Amino acid sequence: MYKTPSQRILLQGNEAIVHGALAAGCRFFAGYPITPASEISEMLSVELPRVNGTFIQMEDEIAGIGAAIGASLTGVKSMTASSGPGFSLMQENIGFACAAEVPVVIVNVMRGGPSTGLPTSPAQGDVQQARWGTHGDHPVIVLATSTVEDCFTVTVKAFNLSEKYRVPVILLSDEVVSHTREAVQLPAMDEIRIIDRITPSVPPEWYKPYENNNRGVPAMSAMGSGYRHHVTGLVHDERGYPTQNPLEIEMFIRRLHSKVTKGFGDIQVTTPLMMEGAEVAVIAYGSVARSARRAVIEARKQGVRAGLLQLTTLFPFPRRAVDKVMRHCKTLIVPEMNMGQISREVQRVNHHGCRVIKHNRVDGNFITPAEILKHLITA
Amino acid sequence: MPEAAATLRHEFLRHDKKFPHVWCPGCGNGIVMGSLLRAISGLGLEKDEIVLAAGIGCSGRLPTYVDFNTLHTTHGRSLTFATGIKLADPSLTVISVMGDGDSTAIGGNHFIHAARRNLDLTALIINNSIYGMTGGQYSPTTPFGSRSTTSVHGHIEQAFSIAELAVTAGAAYVARSTVYHAELLDKLIAGAIRKKGFAVVEVISNCHVQYGRRNKLGGAVEMIRSYKQNSIRVEKAASMKAEELEGKITIGVLADRELPVSTEEYEKVRQRARETK
Repeated sequence: MYKTPSQRILLQGNEAIVHGALAAGCRFFAGYPITPASEISEMLSVELPRVNGTFIQMEDEIAGIGAAIGASLTGVKSMTASSGPGFSLMQENIGFACAAEVPVVIVNVMRGGPSTGLPTSPAQGDVQQARWGTHGDHPVIVLATSTVEDCFTVTVKAFNLSEKYRVPVILLSDEVVSHTREAVQLPAMDEIRIIDRITPSVPPEWYKPYENNNRGVPAMSAMGSGYRHHVTGLVHDERGYPTQNPLEIEMFIRRLHSKVTKGFGDIQVTTPLMMEGAEVAVIAYGSVARSARRAVIEARKQGVRAGLLQLTTLFPFPRRAVDKVMRHCKTLIVPEMNMGQISREVQRVNHHGCRVIKHNRVDGNFITPAEILKHLITA
Repeated sequence: MPEAAATLRHEFLRHDKKFPHVWCPGCGNGIVMGSLLRAISGLGLEKDEIVLAAGIGCSGRLPTYVDFNTLHTTHGRSLTFATGIKLADPSLTVISVMGDGDSTAIGGNHFIHAARRNLDLTALIINNSIYGMTGGQYSPTTPFGSRSTTSVHGHIEQAFSIAELAVTAGAAYVARSTVYHAELLDKLIAGAIRKKGFAVVEVISNCHVQYGRRNKLGGAVEMIRSYKQNSIRVEKAASMKAEELEGKITIGVLADRELPVSTEEYEKVRQRARETK
């Protein structure tokens, strides 16, 4: 069975994502080649059969996520991985996973966009798409990785959240994080907390596949386990059958959203750095968070009361953590490799009149610590 | 026999589903559903081990009425979900029911690759030459010259031959019937489910409300009668000339071959993977 490497090992970000997936119990992957995510497919094609799992390269990304959702319905933890163009193709089926409440992890290694964009350059331009890419009112969880070690732990978290809330989880990496190699010591298997979906505890005759229970998350039976029921993307009642009854429709849409809202404390993952006594804060995520760490450390050395709030969870937007920062930091700097996709979220929850400075780099190049430090000093 | 049909209905139709169904009176989909249930009943399979997936359309509404593990996916994509299900749990019998648009328009790519891959799946394609659910637009199997809501002056494209497409794409078992030839259909579906490999059964069905009406083909009775009159057994058609087969429907088994089955081949991959360091 799968075990994390016992020694420190040189790993690429994408490889760490694979280790995270295997450690979390992922035993099915279906995808399609695309730069800069192909290494995930390649490594899983070797590792999954070794642990009795299944890898398949499908004919396109739509088929990739379709197969991953299908596998998940049989009780197997599943994943797919792509970049911008493939992520765009997957949106309809992501919506299906939202509506049918099928756990699945979708890795998007962001590259320059829009369209074919910059296949080998980093960007963070898919953030809002990850939240709203599929049509209709839907909940989704979006996480971002910023280091190779992160690629492991956040992938495990992605699977755990997907299983617990029966919601697709989008893991946003970027070309820099995914292609960086670092020496990491991965935790041993007994140190890793794994969460599995809750399966029915009542006999099949009593089972309601989409029950509005107190957690808001129905128990999920595996196909073939004796709990025959209907799974559909149409709005459905508690039994899974399509409905046009306004009361049933409303209950469904609201429960879909409230199950995630109820889990906010669990889902919101942020990491403060040097926030004690900070007056100016950087809010950063993904690979940019690393540059932000260096900038904040340097700024403090120069006497600037700077701090960093690193976002691992992007959606649901960690407004509680950001609100806490806004109470004592009246200037916020939001560096991103896009035109301001998280800064608009920060502005949305800005009830304290804080000054939000955007630092948007969209030239296919990485944001350096010096760029962020400049803002911290002049703020 | 009326008792046999009543037993079949009692055993296989969901007792808690809101009937009546959505299909029009006289729709061939009902015959296909009956045939599918008779085939499954005859094979003695457990309901728990059957997965029935469907795409979008009138054909897509079939699974909701029947007591299996049912799945109503996105338009054209049921074979991709079915692929994931079968690979993750090969002990399940996975059947995908689709329409002509679902399987050869939006789902065309998935159809040819599923055939090429030869996964142990069954594809049941109900071909009524139209997009019925959405009101009667032309599909890849709407004949040249036909009227539809999006070809009011006559359709200018040629139609696919679905079964032939499946044969060329590499499916291990390919058969065609019509909703008139219900007994043949029972046998073909049973053969397809039994077959180890990708099995396709194409059923010519009547959409008299959207397609037949606009093309003056009559109602359900007239359309089904025309299937009876225009069908020729594959074995007989083999010795006929192309001109004689114009406008005819060839029915029976078009292909039945032995090819490596992906689920079995993948088990070998797992063995090899476990042996390497």
